[in-house]
Amino acid sequence: MHIHKYEKWWLTFGISSLVLFLVIVGFSAFHYGSHPPSAKVYVDPERVDEIAPFNNPGVHKVEGKDWDYEVVFVASAFYYNPPEIEVPLGSTVKFIATTKDVVHGFQTAGTNINMILEPGYVSEYVTTVDKAGEYLILCNEYCGIGHSSMTSMLKVVE
Amino acid sequence: MTTIAEKTKDLVRVDKRDGKLALAHIYVAFIALAIGGLCGLLQTLVRSGTFTLPWGIGYYQILTIHGVLLGLILTTYFIFGFQIAVVSRTSGTLTDKQRLLGWIGFWTMTIGTTASSIMILLNEASVLYTFYAPLQAHWIFYAGLALVIVGTWIGGAGLISKYVEWRKANPGQPSPLLTFMVVVNLAMWIICSLGVAVEVLFQLLPWSLGWVDKVDVLLSRTLFWYFGHPLVYFWLLPAYMVWYAIIPKIIGGKIFSDSLARLSFMLFLLFSIPVGFHHQLTEPGISSFWKFLQVVLTLMVVIPSLLTAFSMFATFEIRGRALGGKGVLGWFKELPWGDARFFAPFVGMVAFIPAGAGGIINASHQMNQLIHNTIWVTGHFHLTVATTVLLTFFGAAYWLIPHLTGRVFTKQMNRLAIIQTIVWAFGMSIMSGAMHIVGLFGAPRRSDFSTYGGSAQATEWIPYQIAQAVGGTILFIGIVLILYIVANLIWFAPKGETEFPVAEVSEHAEKTPMALENWKIWLTICIALILFAYTVPVIEIIQNAPPGSIGYKLW
Repeated sequence: MHIHKYEKWWLTFGISSLVLFLVIVGFSAFHYGSHPPSAKVYVDPERVDEIAPFNNPGVHKVEGKDWDYEVVFVASAFYYNPPEIEVPLGSTVKFIATTKDVVHGFQTAGTNINMILEPGYVSEYVTTVDKAGEYLILCNEYCGIGHSSMTSMLKVVE
Repeated sequence: MTTIAEKTKDLVRVDKRDGKLALAHIYVAFIALAIGGLCGLLQTLVRSGTFTLPWGIGYYQILTIHGVLLGLILTTYFIFGFQIAVVSRTSGTLTDKQRLLGWIGFWTMTIGTTASSIMILLNEASVLYTFYAPLQAHWIFYAGLALVIVGTWIGGAGLISKYVEWRKANPGQPSPLLTFMVVVNLAMWIICSLGVAVEVLFQLLPWSLGWVDKVDVLLSRTLFWYFGHPLVYFWLLPAYMVWYAIIPKIIGGKIFSDSLARLSFMLFLLFSIPVGFHHQLTEPGISSFWKFLQVVLTLMVVIPSLLTAFSMFATFEIRGRALGGKGVLGWFKELPWGDARFFAPFVGMVAFIPAGAGGIINASHQMNQLIHNTIWVTGHFHLTVATTVLLTFFGAAYWLIPHLTGRVFTKQMNRLAIIQTIVWAFGMSIMSGAMHIVGLFGAPRRSDFSTYGGSAQATEWIPYQIAQAVGGTILFIGIVLILYIVANLIWFAPKGETEFPVAEVSEHAEKTPMALENWKIWLTICIALILFAYTVPVIEIIQNAPPGSIGYKLW
């Protein structure tokens, strides 16, 4: 099949850009570990409150791990427990969350913390909080009539 | 004895009986546009914080109507109407059996649509058009959607049978380009809709009927998105049919290359299905390796998109120069800007540039976290489906409807259609622009108006939500205009003959290789890619499945 000369240039340029782009995305993912939240941890959705760590939601200082704090959240229609958390500026935090009923979102506005919470699954994401301030945590997956009133607050303090 | 000239003439006009079938689909499409569009207006008004819905109507109820009627019904019906007309025009009148399949498909879809709509209106199914479990709608809602899918299979079978008949009658010859494109689109549709059919028939229906207690949530979402992304290409490919094979005729030019057009459609078939994980990037339970693999496959569609962009602009430039356009860009001025049949789809093409760029961001693995489920995504698909695709469909309606109703598209209507296009582009720039920006700040999609407990961040979003209402109102004016034009073309325009434009291939283009029509090769690659991308992760999802979920009705 004949392809026009200019089209060859156009496709060469386009496909090279695409390859370069994918290499950058892939390098950042597999070399620096910058993956989207993809935990494979499971929990019985009907017994969330009895099972660790969800029997004790909140901020927990930890030692000897790659992160300084573990923040445990339990979502249910239409609440997050805890309703507010505080972590020190510059600390590395592992967010661990699940839901007791339907699918919920866990998005922290103005940050990269953005996970879907599904019944039976634990969602996890590790990040460093490097900017002080108050960040709204909200549900971004439709969960019912009270969906837009489902909030919590992340306070990053000096 | 019929001469060749008479035979050609027969083909030029779509048979009245086929026309009736196509029109039936198009009527439903525009009724859906009217109702769904009104719901869209109401949503933007509610979210501006200045308006409350009367009579206890829920925000998520109208959001469900908007999504189902515009995302699923308007698109599918218009596409089937268009495809029936296109196949009848390019491969000859349907046989009685093929047309009967078309009607059975139409009524199956319409009974399904009505059943689902009633359930939404009764507030038994405010689950949005993605109907994610374990929110549980009334079983009739799911059954209705299943009928819509089954109806498309029946109608699609009629069109595919016409293609098979043509190939048998013309051995060794490439099929008419538009018919070929329709068959590619139908093949993609049938393969992908199997996913949602399995989800509805084997998971959601038994569960909503109470035959089983629990549902595997992640599996249901994975099946949905196995269908959900090709769905957007199912909307897009008919727009590409107009661009590749009809617009050149409208502007007086030729198809740049028949083979490139076919190749690009085949690449869409290959790379639109094994990619659903890019809608699930922030979900637990799927390894990041398989997510990344599907991200790579997703971005392969950049290649046929680049082919298309090149072909379009090559056609435009060749035509513009033939009309006397000089210099690097002089040809651009020569294009028929006053012809709505060209102007509306052209504006759609322009919208596809930012839309495509936004799509690359959405599908890019970790970059998705910034925008996932924010209203940026809503802004994105209002550029793709609600501008690129829809303006192209409107552009097609300006000749298709009068061709089928035996009327003409008058100068006044053409002028109004140009205004409609400008109103649409203007309203959408405001609405989609505001959605993109405030989405980057973190404002979520699919959410009722909320101050989020007086959060400082959420307060900053409100001006953008007001801008969305302004854009939404302008877009609604656009909907009123298009409905006025369509009503004119159906009932009031002067009687007469309207051309069904089908472009010829440029005499410089080379002979189309038959390999492009070898379905054994392409379907094998298509299925191999799907198995490659999905087998291992789906086995993992099933093997590791946690206890299932009971149903919830939380609205």
